[in-house]
Amino acid sequence: MGEALVLARGLEKHFGDFAAVAGIDFEVRKGEAFGFLGPNGAGKSSTMRLVGATSTRTAGELEVLGLDPDKHGPEIRARLGVVPQEDNLDLELSVSDNLFVYGRYFGLPRKQLHKRIVELLDFAQLAERSRDRVDNLSGGLKRRLTIARALVNDPALLLLDEPTTGLDPQARHLLWDRLYSLKQQGVTLVLTTHYMEEAEQLCDRLVVMDKAHIIAEGSPRELVERYVTREVVELRFGAGGAPAEGALRGRANGLVKRVETVADRVLLYTDQGDVTAEHFSSSGPSPVSTLVRRGGLEDVFLTLTGRQLND
Amino acid sequence: MRAPMALRPFSYFWAQFVKTWIGDISTTFFTPLLFLASIGAGLGSLIGHGEALPSLGGENYLSFVAPALLAATAMQVAIARATYDVFGYCNYWTGAYRSMQASPIGISQIVTGQLAWIGVRALLASALFLPVSAAFGAVRSPAAALDLVVGPLVGLAFATPIAAYAVLVRHDQPFTIIFRLLMAPLFLFSGMFFPITQLPVGLRYLAYAMPLWHGTELSRDCYYGHFHVGADIGHLCYLIGVALMGAIAARATFRRRLAR
Repeated sequence: MGEALVLARGLEKHFGDFAAVAGIDFEVRKGEAFGFLGPNGAGKSSTMRLVGATSTRTAGELEVLGLDPDKHGPEIRARLGVVPQEDNLDLELSVSDNLFVYGRYFGLPRKQLHKRIVELLDFAQLAERSRDRVDNLSGGLKRRLTIARALVNDPALLLLDEPTTGLDPQARHLLWDRLYSLKQQGVTLVLTTHYMEEAEQLCDRLVVMDKAHIIAEGSPRELVERYVTREVVELRFGAGGAPAEGALRGRANGLVKRVETVADRVLLYTDQGDVTAEHFSSSGPSPVSTLVRRGGLEDVFLTLTGRQLND
Repeated sequence: MRAPMALRPFSYFWAQFVKTWIGDISTTFFTPLLFLASIGAGLGSLIGHGEALPSLGGENYLSFVAPALLAATAMQVAIARATYDVFGYCNYWTGAYRSMQASPIGISQIVTGQLAWIGVRALLASALFLPVSAAFGAVRSPAAALDLVVGPLVGLAFATPIAAYAVLVRHDQPFTIIFRLLMAPLFLFSGMFFPITQLPVGLRYLAYAMPLWHGTELSRDCYYGHFHVGADIGHLCYLIGVALMGAIAARATFRRRLAR
């Protein structure tokens, strides 16, 4: 287990009367990919800004790279890479100028920076676009450039706030591939996301945040094992609507551990998916469609909060 | 050695400048040149037949207008930067300040760097105008080179309070008011085109209160190499004082807008 690069105890951030972060504990260890999973407004971005030493905490303890961000902001930021939620690239400048200017903020000497830019363009697969204005890049390319830019100072810790929000599936997979390769190189990643798939693909460990609190913590696998069953049967009922949860539970014959209704879908948490699906199709009002799938992080979230994640 | 923090934002301002200088050159160079040619030389040839007049402090009209035009140009360049640039850089569509904040550069260094860059732009405008006005024969003394300090000072006396305001606004409409109701009247009534003593008393004191008149007076003394020591120290102190107070205000407002 590596040393802790980020250590938070009872961390709080208030804006006036509003608590964006209400006393959270977590630690990020060297070399791991650590995720904050939660809906919009859960406090993920506020937490990221605290870790990124661009926002001061209201209460609690926070150590980033062994230093207190309230006292050593510049030293910490010199060793961080930050990918903000919204790309703040300069649209009028070229791809390589964006990297160059940003590198100069970190005081990198020109010669070293030019060498670094070649490496970064290569990494982000942007070498052929280096002279293009950023304006002309697609969303996915801009995102890759923002990530390349965050790596300019060879950071000890890379913070990514919703790295793939708003990208099409192809661009997202390409980005995951790049982040995965960073992880292989031993870069410590901290990311926020509201995509289950992303958390499952990238994170060694994650915390689930909701309403400014951390409500669960573990590896994706641990969380699924702890909070949901191996399989989930999704039943969709037609115009008549879903039967009451109590009635469904009564029909379950002990096969189902938990029932959750989400809009017109009913989720049955079970360890025997096929048997359960068969059972519900053959007796009582039959569903319009039936789907058996593995339990995932979405179900963890649903179990913990009783509501869907992407709200 | 690594660049000082407050100068690191210059890499961005410079990259932007390299992209846009051709457009900028019209406000920093051609507009003042046109004024100098049409008003200074053209209209000036009709005023006292282009001869020196006691009412113009013993100068001809061209030499009367030229140094004032330098100060006014520095003002215009600085106000343009302090409004639209500052507004743009703190909003997400370029996000320049936000990017800087993610680096070791702190908010107070962003302010210092931004204001210093505006000073550099006013310096550049002054440095372009000086030789041109010399070619017109408006420069009387080598002391005119001191305008390389006066120009940036005039620019900063306007830019620092305006930047302090611009960082807070959410829309750019108020800038039109600054341009039409502040800059345009100052340009016309700060003693550039006619001696300020011609103004009615109330308006005259209003002009005295604005940095441009002080810059105009200083600039003239530099061009003529004829200093009124007491008054000039007063003008200098006034310009420095306004620039400093504006800078302090900008430090506070930038922090309010950018800190979270």
